Amino acid sequence: MIAHSIFFYTFSLIAIFSAIMVIASKNTVHSVFFLILDFISISCLFIMIGAEFLGMIMLIVYVGAVAVLFLFVVMMLNVAQQKNQWFESTSDNTHIPIGLLISVVIFFELLIVVGGWKYKPNLLSSVSVGINQNITNTHSIGNILYTDYIHLFQLSGMILLVAMIGAIVLTYRKRSGIKRQSYLSQISREKSDGVSLVDVKSNQGVKINE
Amino acid sequence: MNEISLTHYLTLAAIIFTIGVVGIFLNRKNIIVILMSIELILLAVNINLVSFSMFLNDISGQIFALFILTVAAAEAAIGLAIIVVYYRNTGTIHVEEIDSLKG
Repeated sequence: MIAHSIFFYTFSLIAIFSAIMVIASKNTVHSVFFLILDFISISCLFIMIGAEFLGMIMLIVYVGAVAVLFLFVVMMLNVAQQKNQWFESTSDNTHIPIGLLISVVIFFELLIVVGGWKYKPNLLSSVSVGINQNITNTHSIGNILYTDYIHLFQLSGMILLVAMIGAIVLTYRKRSGIKRQSYLSQISREKSDGVSLVDVKSNQGVKINE
Repeated sequence: MNEISLTHYLTLAAIIFTIGVVGIFLNRKNIIVILMSIELILLAVNINLVSFSMFLNDISGQIFALFILTVAAAEAAIGLAIIVVYYRNTGTIHVEEIDSLKG
């Protein structure tokens, strides 16, 4: 149990440090790197607590897809040179104390909720789906996800489809001045458009392009 | 060091949530960092759901964490596409210069 505590504090300290560095580092590329570190340490926590499937999915989805997407956009937009220094802003800085104040209030409200939170006495008996300890985490998630939550599962697939089409439509632009293949004119071309049969008499040539 | 309980995980989630909120409030330079702060907030919510799921012995929390993961991925894709289009049209994504709405 002492090893559990040591691992928990290590991973959570790394996670908090990298979360601070995400919002405080001057270079946006460094922010993306610290975001990756944050996701990896949180997924280590998930694996440690027993939610292996979700930890691995977090690694794949966040580190493999979302963080790389952020990195691509940061490099494409050339914002690495535009320094991210919110303490040396040119305009008035009146938002900083108020923002800090509101954040501190939010933090203490959350802490009060956590500290004052108790199990409802009859909560454990009202649990709908218990965890069967004999099967793996992935197995039990699959048992529930594909039966009770199948409609929500398909709906989340629709959300991903809409997001994909939306991203393509938003970033698509027609360029002028480049030659593209025109499938429609290729398919709808008739024999009479391209070929003409000419009856050639002997000892006389044929005029092309007349 | 006593045993790691649910409160530890909830406190960690509260800290990361607050850091995300601070990132949204205080960032005045780069709108991509604001998107990353939103990812941090969603991550904190995921920590809450997974730790409640494991400590209350109910698998449904992990299912909903999975759905939040889906929505976060879709939101990142759409948000970054909007940022790319905005940068192409105006040439800047500085928060201080995005003031067409005069808010």
